[in-house]
Formats: sequence, C-alpha cells, structure tokens
Amino acid sequence: MDVVNQLQRQFIDYSASLHREGFLDDQFTQLQKLQDDNSPDFVVEVASLFFEDCEKLINNMARALEQQQGVDFRQVDASVHQLKGSSSSIGAMRVKDVCVAFRSFCEAQNREGCLRCLQQVTHEYSLLKNKLQTLFRQQILAAGGSIPVVE
Amino acid sequence: MEVAGEVLASESQLHVLAVDDSHVDRKVIEKLLKISSCKVTTVESGARALQFLGLDEEKGSLGFNGLKVNLIITDYSMPGMTGYELLKKIKRSSTFREIPVVIMSSENILTRIDSCLEEGAEEFLVKPVKLSDVKRVMNDCIMRGETEGNKRRRVDKRKFEDDNHASSSSSSSSSSIPSSPSSPLPSSPSTAATSSPLHSLKRAKLRDHN
Repeated sequence: MDVVNQLQRQFIDYSASLHREGFLDDQFTQLQKLQDDNSPDFVVEVASLFFEDCEKLINNMARALEQQQGVDFRQVDASVHQLKGSSSSIGAMRVKDVCVAFRSFCEAQNREGCLRCLQQVTHEYSLLKNKLQTLFRQQILAAGGSIPVVE
Repeated sequence: MEVAGEVLASESQLHVLAVDDSHVDRKVIEKLLKISSCKVTTVESGARALQFLGLDEEKGSLGFNGLKVNLIITDYSMPGMTGYELLKKIKRSSTFREIPVVIMSSENILTRIDSCLEEGAEEFLVKPVKLSDVKRVMNDCIMRGETEGNKRRRVDKRKFEDDNHASSSSSSSSSSIPSSPSSPLPSSPSTAATSSPLHSLKRAKLRDHN
C-alpha cells in the first residue's frame, strides 16, 4: 500500500516538474482529461504521433537547409509551422517556443539562425521524448501498483 | 435536445467531418468530437473532404458510408486546398451550402477571421482547440438548426411520435442549453450566402474574447 502511494507520488511529482520546467503546458493536461475508458491509451497515442511528426519535419528542415544551390526558406518555414502546430496541440511548450524563434529566422532568411534553431528543436524534442517515456512508465507503475505486495 | 438531433441527422448523433493535414490534430479533434457525442469522420485534406461529400462528382450529399454530414470543421492552413478555399467551395454548392462550416487556425488574424465569416463560416476557433470550444460549437449548431425553419418539421415529427408512442433514446449532445452570448439567433431570415446577423454576432463575440 505504501509502495502504491510512493509510485503515485513519484508520478505526480514528476508530472508537476515537467510543467514547472516548461516542458509541458496546460494543453497536455487537457489531453490527459480527455483520456477515458473508451480510449485508455489516448495520450500515449497522441504523443507517438507527435514524435513521428517531429522526426519527419526535422528531417525536412535539415534537408531544406542543406541545399547548396540556395535554401528555400518558405519550405523550411512550412515545416516549422507544422511542427509549431503539433507541439501546440500536445502542449509541448519548449518545442513550440523554439519554433516561434525558428520562424523569425526563416522570415529573415537567416541560414545560420535557422541551423541553430534546428539544433535546438532537435535537442528539445529528444529531451521531451525521454521525459514523456519516463512519465508514461511511471503512470503504468503507479496504476499497476494497486496489486498488494505479498511479503 | 433529442428531437433537434433527430431532425438534423439520420441517426440521433450529429455526424461531423473533420479536415486537418496534421495527424496529431486529427486525433485530438476526433476525440473532442466523440466526447461531445458526435459521429466523426476525419480526412487529411480539402480534396479528400470534397470526395467524401461527393462534391466533385455531384452525387449528392451522402458520404460514401451513407451518412449525412451535419457539420464540417476544418483547419485553415493546409497544403493544396486551404480551409478557406474548402469553405468557399462548400458555400457555393447548392447541395452543401447549408452545412455549417467551422474554421480552426493556430493564427489569430483578424482579417483572416473576417474573410472566413464573410464566406459563411459559422465560427472561427483558435488552436489549440479545447473541449469547451467544441461543445459550444455543437450547441450553436443545434440551436441554428432549430431556428432555421426546422421548427415546423420538429412539431410534425413530434406529433408523429406522440401518435405512435415512440420515444427513441438519444445519445446526442448532453450539454445543457448554452448560455453563450451567441444565442439566440434573430428571427429575421438570413441571406443564403452570409447569414449576416449571425456573422456580426460571431465577430463581436470573437472580438470580446480577444
């Protein structure tokens, strides 16, 4: 019983820290509220789609920025715009904030600035992915911990 | 209200067609709509939406699964056909222009909002869309259906039901009557193209929210 409380506490604390550190915002909480018996894996599924999106879009941006003949900044911007949208929809606040800066550099047609943002967005995406995987693991443990431990 | 639901859809649930190129957003909007007791079909583009409606081939208003569409909710920025272009095509179609269209956009640009409302969009939602937004839209859709001449049909249908002691259970939106400022609609007839009294109400409401 005490173990359950500990696991639940851990999950709650970790979730709170992710919000505090700006990795997640209120939109993530909204998504968690939508999860129900009809869709018990809803948040995990949305997160998976988000990570697929991230990888695809980051690749698109990288390819576009590599073009030697001249970067098509509109193409880069289109991908950043999509990533900004997805991150906003899932509540991935830090990723979204990088996208905002990224779009300014696209508009200014600043290749160096774009490359820096690309690096930052890649970094934020992998940080978030790790943290969410940890969070989901903890959630499972906290829920599964309701089975009494026989000593 | 259950009777309004019956009038608007062949079944007791409203059928919503959601259009968005983002997979994440499609999943979220689908969930929001299902929680609001709607049947949902999601498509990834304006072209697919038109195909589903049967608009390119002028086959009528039934989608290929035979369900009438009661509402279309679409993202604004999509590659190929934008939500705005989709809106225009729907409003210029004699078969489909009565279907309410709601636009979603991550960008809160007043000129964009105005153009959409002018072309006949019911509402303009700023992303990320929340459950309260969806519930409000569904309520407005039902209210709108009520005041646009369906009252007579509703009375006839109720009479029919009373005669037959039928009482169908409904799983349509269980939200209470909205207290949002957009209702009730004025009783003056709206023009086919723009529903202008609604337009100015909506615009005023959006401005207040900004």
